[in-house]
Amino acid sequence: MVDAATKKTLSNIPLLKTKAGPRDRDLWVQRLKEEYQALIQYVENNKKEDNDWFRLESNKEGTRWFGKCWHYQDLMKYEFEIEFDIPITFPTTAPEIAIPELEGKTAKMYRGGKICLTDHFKPLWGRNVPKFGIAHAMALGLGPWLAVEIPDLISKGLVQHKDDQQQS
Amino acid sequence: MATVEELQTRVKQLEAELERERARNRTGPDGGGGRKKIDKMSSEVVDSNPYSRLMALKRMGIVDNYERIRDFTVAVVGVGGVGSVTAEMLTRCGIGKLLLFDYDKVELANMNRLFFQPHQAGLSKVQAAEITLRDINPDVEFETHNYNITTVDNFQHFMDRISHGHLRGDRPVDLVLSCVDNFEARMAINTACNELGQVWIESGVSENAVSGHIQVIKPGETACFACAPPLVVASGIDEKTLKREGVCAASLPTTMGIVAGFLVQNTLKYLLEFGSVTYYLGYNAMQDFFPSMAMKPNPNCDESYCRKLQTEYQEKLAAQPKEEVKEKEPEEVVHDVNDWGIELVAETTDEEFKAASHGHVPELVEGVHVAYVRPMTQEDDEGAAGLTVDDQESLEDLMAKMKSI
Repeated sequence: MVDAATKKTLSNIPLLKTKAGPRDRDLWVQRLKEEYQALIQYVENNKKEDNDWFRLESNKEGTRWFGKCWHYQDLMKYEFEIEFDIPITFPTTAPEIAIPELEGKTAKMYRGGKICLTDHFKPLWGRNVPKFGIAHAMALGLGPWLAVEIPDLISKGLVQHKDDQQQS
Repeated sequence: MATVEELQTRVKQLEAELERERARNRTGPDGGGGRKKIDKMSSEVVDSNPYSRLMALKRMGIVDNYERIRDFTVAVVGVGGVGSVTAEMLTRCGIGKLLLFDYDKVELANMNRLFFQPHQAGLSKVQAAEITLRDINPDVEFETHNYNITTVDNFQHFMDRISHGHLRGDRPVDLVLSCVDNFEARMAINTACNELGQVWIESGVSENAVSGHIQVIKPGETACFACAPPLVVASGIDEKTLKREGVCAASLPTTMGIVAGFLVQNTLKYLLEFGSVTYYLGYNAMQDFFPSMAMKPNPNCDESYCRKLQTEYQEKLAAQPKEEVKEKEPEEVVHDVNDWGIELVAETTDEEFKAASHGHVPELVEGVHVAYVRPMTQEDDEGAAGLTVDDQESLEDLMAKMKSI
């Protein structure tokens, strides 16, 4: 279902306990704390493994998230803004991560720049409600998507490094 | 180079022109070239009566009282390939009021589907739909909402409109039709309708465009959308040969039109009480195979409102005389042969099936299966980095920590 490396990454992200969505007030605050704990752990794991690849933060209510992710190729860093809302059905449904600046450049995207996940993602998420959180969505969803799509977009010239953009 | 004044004059001219065009769209040329509103549906068979063929249903004894259609209010959520056609059919049928919800804009990439036209590209789907539909039938009342129902703020407003948006005063709509294209929005509609006890019909077309379904959901009485993992109509295609390289979703105007037709046909049967309402109807376009069934709710459904309404429904049933209950039992569908060699394949390992079989597995008709199974017993999280622990850090501390990494 998922490759060994992803499995290992996943197993090092803490699982969550509280099944609560943004309409659940106090329980949502609890869930949000767990989300932050898991994310902090995941980012620290990434740094330890020299594979730091994203930053995320949210609004005060934890309903809107935004940040950056990046991808290295040929010693060059390509950085993208990411954003998503937490739907009222979360965590039963996964967040839909979007990279608006890439909208229209790849068919592997829905409107608004939401990334198109593999057939595996939703069943896997569905089986792991409420244990999977935003960190898992990043590791299982956005991570593999970037690894496949960004090299393709670079090779097609649809994504250019910032330095090259300035020259042209 | 034009001066600012010249440009301002030009903008004024264009605005006036746009306003004239809009007025023409609302009322037709000379204020009536679409047509004027009609107070009462007539069954007179004349070329000028837009309702004569519909009222003929009454004369032929198909529908008892077709005029009742004008008292009904239907909400269409998602005005894309299925929803726009659904709204057009209901408009042409003379429905009383339509509420339209969609956050998307019309794009040229939508032109392989029905209803929208290239010159509408850039308009919001609800706005473009309202303009066209008003022109087709000015008797219908419209209420449009251009937002995403799954976000916290909009969801509350969405619930309010479902429960108070009726044409005839401050009461719930008669039916909600789900024509959305994603799981998140379906679950949001499901949550709203469970909380409100609102009857709705779910519809969908698969991402490979060759199968679809409709499903009537009466909270407490039939399975809600969260009672089981999403249902899949077997397409007869080996999943492994399905190429997904470089694409997210395919779509066909045919499949979407067929599903919209099923959806509105069932809606008319439900509202006007003729024929029998189908609880679940699947469509497999590759073999022209149409499984149908009724699905009982899951007593262990994740949605608390679904469980609550199930109890209420059972109590109501128990209070009714027995014979009546028997009549209401949905017909069991039995398939003796499996001509298409359809079997359950996929994503699920034997162990997962075993784990799931302890709990509720919906009884499904042949040719329909769940997209995946959910374990009833918690999966053994071998090697996982333990559960998050509630230490003393506040949310603000954690937010600050995340920011400073």
